[in-house]
Amino acid sequence: MLVITALITGLGLGSMYGLLALGFHVTYAVSATVNFAQGSAMMLGAVFAYVAAVRLGLPLYAAVFIALALCAAYGVLVERLAVRPFARRGSNAWLMATVALGIVADNAVLFTFGKEPRGFQMSWAQGGVDMAGIHVSFLQLSIPVVGLSLAAALNLLKNRTTAGKAMLAVVQNPDAARLMGINVPVVICAAYALSALFAGAAGILIAPLSNVHSDMGTVFGLKAFAVAILGGISSAWGVMLAGILFGVVEALITSLLGSTYTQILTFALVIVALAIMPNGLFGRAEVKKV
Amino acid sequence: MIRNLLVVIGMLAALPALAQETIKIGLVTALSGQSARAGEAITRGLQIAIDELNAAGGVLGRKFELLRRDDEATPAKGVIAARELVHKEKVAVLFGGLDSPVSIAIIPVITEAKVPFMGPWAAGTPITHNGTNPNYAFRVSAVDEIVDKAILQYAQKNFAAKKPGLILINNPWGESNEKGLKAAMAAKGVTPAGIEKFENNDVDVVPQLTRLKNAGADSLFLVGNVGPSAQVVKSLDRMGWKPPIVSHWGPAGGRFTELAGPSAPSVHFVQTYSFFGNQRPAGQKVLKMLMAKYPDIKSAGDVTPAVGVANAYDAMHLVALAIKNAGSTDGPKVREGFYKIASYNGLIKTYKNPFTPANHDAINENDYVWTQFIDNEILPVGMKK
Repeated sequence: MLVITALITGLGLGSMYGLLALGFHVTYAVSATVNFAQGSAMMLGAVFAYVAAVRLGLPLYAAVFIALALCAAYGVLVERLAVRPFARRGSNAWLMATVALGIVADNAVLFTFGKEPRGFQMSWAQGGVDMAGIHVSFLQLSIPVVGLSLAAALNLLKNRTTAGKAMLAVVQNPDAARLMGINVPVVICAAYALSALFAGAAGILIAPLSNVHSDMGTVFGLKAFAVAILGGISSAWGVMLAGILFGVVEALITSLLGSTYTQILTFALVIVALAIMPNGLFGRAEVKKV
Repeated sequence: MIRNLLVVIGMLAALPALAQETIKIGLVTALSGQSARAGEAITRGLQIAIDELNAAGGVLGRKFELLRRDDEATPAKGVIAARELVHKEKVAVLFGGLDSPVSIAIIPVITEAKVPFMGPWAAGTPITHNGTNPNYAFRVSAVDEIVDKAILQYAQKNFAAKKPGLILINNPWGESNEKGLKAAMAAKGVTPAGIEKFENNDVDVVPQLTRLKNAGADSLFLVGNVGPSAQVVKSLDRMGWKPPIVSHWGPAGGRFTELAGPSAPSVHFVQTYSFFGNQRPAGQKVLKMLMAKYPDIKSAGDVTPAVGVANAYDAMHLVALAIKNAGSTDGPKVREGFYKIASYNGLIKTYKNPFTPANHDAINENDYVWTQFIDNEILPVGMKK
C-alpha cells in the first residue's frame, strides 16, 4: 500500500516537474538559453487562472485559456527583456537577468494579487475512485494524463508541423536556417512562449492540490531544473521521464524511509546519476564539428 | 536682564515639544507574505490599547506612539528592523510578531541594548527561556512547551488517543514542538506511532500520512502554519482517512476554510482567546472599540486571527503598567516594572502577578481555548454559529 500510494503521488508531482522541465528543454534546444525563473511562470499560470475564474467569475475553460495566453505573453517578455539583449552580444548575463525578472514577477504578484495564500478549488477535482483499497482523486489521475499529453503534443509539433521543422532547423544550424528564410529570433521567441505556457499549465494543474500564492513556484522551479539536467536537457522525452522518475523516487523515499531523508537522498541520487552519466539519463553528448 | 528673558522665552518655546514627546513602542512583525494577516491583527490589538491609554492621558504624562516594521517572516530582516527601532528610534519596548525564529534572532539585540521585548504571538519556548541574565524578554501568548502538554491532554480526554502520529512542519518551530510533544508524551507514558515532517511548499503530504496510518496512528498532532496545515487536511481527504486532528494554532493565521476545503472543521486547535460566546465586560468593550475603528469589523467573526488582537491588547496594557511602575522609560527600570505588576483586569483574564523573575510568560494552560473553523469563523469547539 505504501508503495502504491507513493507511485500515485510521485506520478502526479513528477509529471509537473517534467512539464516545467520541458520548458527548459524547448528554449535550450533552439537557443542554448533557459529561463531560470521558470517557477515564476508556473506561479503566474495559477494566479492568472485564479483571478479569471474566482475573482472575475469566468467559466473554468475560459479562465484556463486566458491564463495560458497570458503566460505565453510573459514568455515573450522574458525573451525580449531578459535573454535577447544579452545573448545577442554573446554575454551570459541572461542567467542573472531571467532570475531577476522572476523575482520582479513574484513581487509584483505579492503586491497586486495579495499577501495571503488563496484556495483554488475545482469541483470536478474533488471526487475520486477507490482502486485496490486506495482512494485516488480525479485530480491525481488527470495530472499525469495532461502532462504526458502536452509532452506528446510537443513531439507532434516538432516532427509534423512546419513551425516545428523550423524549430529543428534552428537547433541544427541557426545560420543555415536564416539563409533558408527562417526568422530565427521569432522561432526563439516562440520557444520562450511555449516554455512559459508549459509552466503555466503546470501551475494551473497544481493549484487545486496546493494553494495559490506568489512564491509557490520557487522550489518547483529549482527541482524542475534538476530534472531537466538529469534527463538530459536536449531530449524532450528524456526530461519528461526524468521528471516522473524524480517525483516517484522522492515519494518512495518519503514513504519507505521517512520524510527526514527525502531532500538529502533525492538530490544525492541526482548527483550520483550525473556523475555516472554526465549528459543526463537520456541526453547525448554534444558533437562539436571542427 | 535681556539674557534671562531670552532663556525664559527659550524654555517656554521648548515646553510644548517636551509635552508632546511620545513613548515610542516598536513592532517588528510580518506585514507582508503568508503571515501578513497575523501582523495586522497584532497591530490592531496594540493600536486599540494605545488609543485607550492615550485617551486616558497616557503614562508619565506622555502619550504612546506605535512604530511598525516588516520582517517579511525572515530573521535577518527582523534583526535589522529591531536594531533600527532600538538604536535610532529609541523605542521604550519592542514587540515581536508571529514567527518564532525572528523573535529568537531579535533577543540578543534587545538584551545588549537593555530594551524590554514583549512577545504577543510567537510561541517558541526559547524566546522567554533564552538563558540570558538579566532576561529582557516577556510574553503574553501561548508557549510551545505548555501547548504541547495541552495538545496531548486534549487528545486523550476527547478522542481517547493512545497512539498519536506527529506531523510537524520542518523548521525551528516544528522542532521546538517535536521536543515538547516528545517530553509531554514521555511524561504520560505514551509512545507516538511516528514522527513525520513536511515542508512549507509541499504539495502532497500523502506519503508521510500513509506512513503514520500504517504505523497505527489513532490521531494526528499537527504543527504548521495555515498554508501547510491546509495541505495536510487536503492530503487526508485524498486518502479518505479521517483521524481526529489536534493542532497547535497555525490554522488560525489565515483563510483556513478556503485553503483546506470542506474538512477544515475536523482540525481542533488551541487559541488564547475567542470573541465568540458570552463575553466579560472587557471583551464587549474591546469588540466595540474594534468595530468603531476598523470598518471591516462588523462582528466577532471579523476579528481574525483573534489571538493576535487579544494577546497584543493585553500585552500593551501590561507594558503601560510596567512603564508606570518604573516611573521612566529606562529599559532596566521597565524590566523591573514588569515584576511589580500586582493585578490587571485584562481581556483574556485577570492577571495576578503575571511576571516574576522565574516566569516571563503571563499565559498558561488554564487560559487556553480549544477551537475549530466553522465556515470562516474560529468558534470554540462544539459551538454553533
